[in-house]
This record gives sequence, structure tokens and C-alpha cells, in this order.
Amino acid sequence: MTKRIYVDNAATTKVAPEVVEAMLPYFTENFGNPSSIYAEGREAKKAIERAREQVATAIGADPKEIYFTGSGSEADNWALRSTAKALSSKGNHIITSAVEHHAILHTCQDLEKQGYEVTYLPVDKYGMVSPEDVKAAIKDTTILISIMFANNEIGTIMPIAEIGEIAKNAGIVFHTDAVQAVGNVHIDVNEMNIDMLSLTAHKFHGPKGSGALFVRNGVRLISFITGGAQERMRRAGTENVPGIVGLGKAIELATANIDQKQKKLTALRDAYIKKVLETIPYSHLNGHPTKRLPGNANISFEFIEGEGMLLSLDMKGISASSGSACTSGSLDPSHVLLAIGLKHEEAHGSLRVSFGEDNTMEDVNYIADSLKEIVERLRMMSPLYEEMLKNK
Amino acid sequence: MYSEKVMDHFTNPRNVGEIEDANAVGQVGNPKCGDIMKIYMKINDDTKVIEDVKFKTFGCGAAIATSSMATELVKGKTIDEALELTNQAVAEALDGLPPIKMHCSNLAEEAVHAAIINYYENKGIDASHLKSCTGDCCCCSHSDDHNE
Repeated sequence: MTKRIYVDNAATTKVAPEVVEAMLPYFTENFGNPSSIYAEGREAKKAIERAREQVATAIGADPKEIYFTGSGSEADNWALRSTAKALSSKGNHIITSAVEHHAILHTCQDLEKQGYEVTYLPVDKYGMVSPEDVKAAIKDTTILISIMFANNEIGTIMPIAEIGEIAKNAGIVFHTDAVQAVGNVHIDVNEMNIDMLSLTAHKFHGPKGSGALFVRNGVRLISFITGGAQERMRRAGTENVPGIVGLGKAIELATANIDQKQKKLTALRDAYIKKVLETIPYSHLNGHPTKRLPGNANISFEFIEGEGMLLSLDMKGISASSGSACTSGSLDPSHVLLAIGLKHEEAHGSLRVSFGEDNTMEDVNYIADSLKEIVERLRMMSPLYEEMLKNK
Repeated sequence: MYSEKVMDHFTNPRNVGEIEDANAVGQVGNPKCGDIMKIYMKINDDTKVIEDVKFKTFGCGAAIATSSMATELVKGKTIDEALELTNQAVAEALDGLPPIKMHCSNLAEEAVHAAIINYYENKGIDASHLKSCTGDCCCCSHSDDHNE
């Protein structure tokens, strides 16, 4: 087998060996149900509370403000649906953005069907939400603002602290989907006036199926799954103990190494972007040039379609991602790329590379060189490229 | 998710390119949907045999593979034989396509039809009876009719 170069860390990451090691005893010797009063149960319960502290510490919260979930999407669903319901006597207006993850967008669409009114704020050409727009969208009936911390496709980091301050001054609950941000950028829920925050372990070298929702003390959280006393009566079901332990360990490691990681990934990202834009004509960076996730590089290549790039990269041992329709199972290209003003054909030709700590400068060069060859080959097959050359 | 045959035709597509003196050119698809196929043919005016055929495609792996397969299937055939080419035949020749990609094989069938219609039109022969449009922009692809 050829050497694999994995550059899809925004999709998921490899579980760190230390995390696996921390989780293992909770499958076997410490298998007890955390609700049981005997020794095995107490051991499992202790592990969950330790993980709760680790998560809280990582984002500057109190452990009592952390609720474990089965995924980032669940945390998003919970935050929105609970707040909408809890505050329905106060109002029915929600503010979000056009570039949110579908866990937010589809939930908002569902809430619209239930009678809630949702404002989807536009973004600028870098995918940035303007705090002024947030302020201007607030009405008497606004009960919730939900803006993602960093975009999963184009990596743009939103002005979260500014939006948090606006929300605080207006007395409106502020939720942020920080699934892509945790472990990549510093987060302090108090400094940034965040009331609710979603995260998931598998984006920072933790296990899949293990997420969390931070809910500030005083913000009402309606129970999501009934049937047991777990998570302070808010989410019934026997806890995923190994998953929670893995989340705790992973977030501790990820936040401890954040400066070092940022430095390394930013260097890889910028070298890749520079090389690709310099060597491949008709290519454009999507997202903000500097205010972006350290590992994220999203580039559109004109005249070609993304899936062909992914298949060709895969044959060269490279795993990446695209905003093309053909890779999403639908016929529409990425809503994020359309929201930043790309034409459909440009959105179809995007490639997202998201670096991780295992990647090297050698990888950067190999990917950029492979890509040049692949883009040239696909362009030679493209009628759009032919048309452009003829009209030149 | 793709058969070996699809991957083979994607990696080593047959008949890619243009024909300078083509007497039949058809283009179908829509950049909005993410695929456009352009097909060039050199048709013998006496025998009506498609003597040469080339394509250029903007699209996913399946779109490129179906273009390649369709050109292989019609090369050396008469116009009437080529008009009988169905999207199912193209998909079957590729050992199947994932359900979500079946529209790519429609594209190939339509591109062949569009080129033959163009041939007749160039000769001043009415070929309107050959036009077959499903009306669904993203599954069909008469770009002339549906460009927004």
C-alpha cells in the first residue's frame, strides 16, 4: 500500500494513543454503570466527573455547566430546541448565519415550521458575520443568537467575543457551535460572553460519538431525553463512559498544546496556500486569509469539479474533502461557498485540505505537486477550460 | 463506491479531446448542476457512420467515465445505431453506477443525441423529433433550454 497522507482533519481526526489508553479500562475492569452505588459504579461515576472537569477547564467553565452528548450535532440540536422552547413565552425570534453547519440550519428550518422566526445573517466574501449585522437584527422578540465559532468548510473564525458582548448587553442567550474551534483556538466562555457552546471529541483526537454542551448557570436547559436521572435529569440514558473519558483526556491534551499546534499548522497551511496559488493558475483561496483555522486551506480551482480531484488525490494516497455536490450526495454545491459569493461552477471545484499535527512540509509539497498535475489533467478534459482559452 | 471499470475510465478516459473538423457537436449539462458534457463527431455523410468521436467533460468521476464509455460505444456505429444508445446501456457497460450518479449516464445519452441533432441541423434537416427532454434540469441537461 502506498503511504497515506491524511489531510481531512476537519472531518475527523485520529484518536491519540494517550486517549485510547485512558479509555480502555472503562470497557473492561471499570465497566460499571455510573448510576450504581457499588464500587464499579462509583469508579465509573468518578471518571465521568473527572472528564466534566477537564472539559470545563478547557473552555473556562464550571463543571456543573457541562452536559455530555452523543455528538456535536446533538449538542447543537439541544441548545437550539431547548432555548426556543424555554423562552417561547418571551419571544420567537432566532438569529443565526447563512454559513452554519446543517445541524444548526436544519434545526432552525424545523423551528420555523413550528412557528419560530429565524434570521439567517449573510456573510462577507471571507465568510465573516458582521457584529453590526447581529446588533441590527435584534428585535424585542429575539430569544437566541447562534453563530458558529469557526466555519467547518472555509475555516473563517467569527468575531465571537464581539457578538457575545452584543448578546450580553441585549440580554439574549448566545450559543456558538465550536465543533471546529475547540483545540484549535483559545476559548474562554466568560471572557467571550458565551452562554452555550457545542463541541465534539473526534475533531481533536478523541473518540467519535462523544460530545458536550456547555450551558451557563442560569440559562434554562430543558431535558432532551427523558427516562433517567443522568446528566442532572437533562439527558437520560446510561452514559458512554469510555467515550466521555476519551473526550476529557482529548480536550485536556488539545488545549495544553494549543499554541504549539497553532504555530505548526499555520506554517503548513500558509506554505500550502502559497505554493498552490503560485503554481496553479485560476485558483482562489476561500475564507479569510488570516482569521482562519490554523489547519484549514480551502481553494477553488476554476473549470473543474471537486470529486474528480478527490478521486485522483486518493489514488496518490491523499485524503481530502470537497464542497462539490457530487461528494455531498445532493446536487447542490456547498451552501457556504455559495454564501460567500462563489458561482456554482466555482463552488463545485473547491478542495478543502485540513492539516493535522502528523503532517509535514514534505506532505505540503507532495500534495501541492500532485494537485498541479491533477488539476492540469482535469482541465484538459474540461469544456469550460477549452471555452475560456478560446475566448482569451 | 465506484466499480473498477468506472475508475478505469475515469483514470484513463478514452477519446478525450476535440475534433477540429467535426461535423457534429453537442453540448449538454449545466454548470449549476456541476456537469457539462461536450461531444464532437466526425460522421461520414454517405455511410452515416460515426468515424471519430471525442469528448470534453466538466463533472465528477462518474460523468467523466460515462462520457468515455459512451464515446467508445458509439464509435464506428451508424447514426441510427447511436441513437439507440440508452443511459442504462452506458451504466451497464461500466458495471453499474451508484444510484445518485445515474443522472451522469443520462448526460452521456443526451450528449450523443445533441451531437446527432446538430449534425442534422447543420444539413438543414428537421431533427426536432429527436429532442427528448425530461424537463428536470438537474437530471436532464439541455443547457440551451434550462440555463438560468
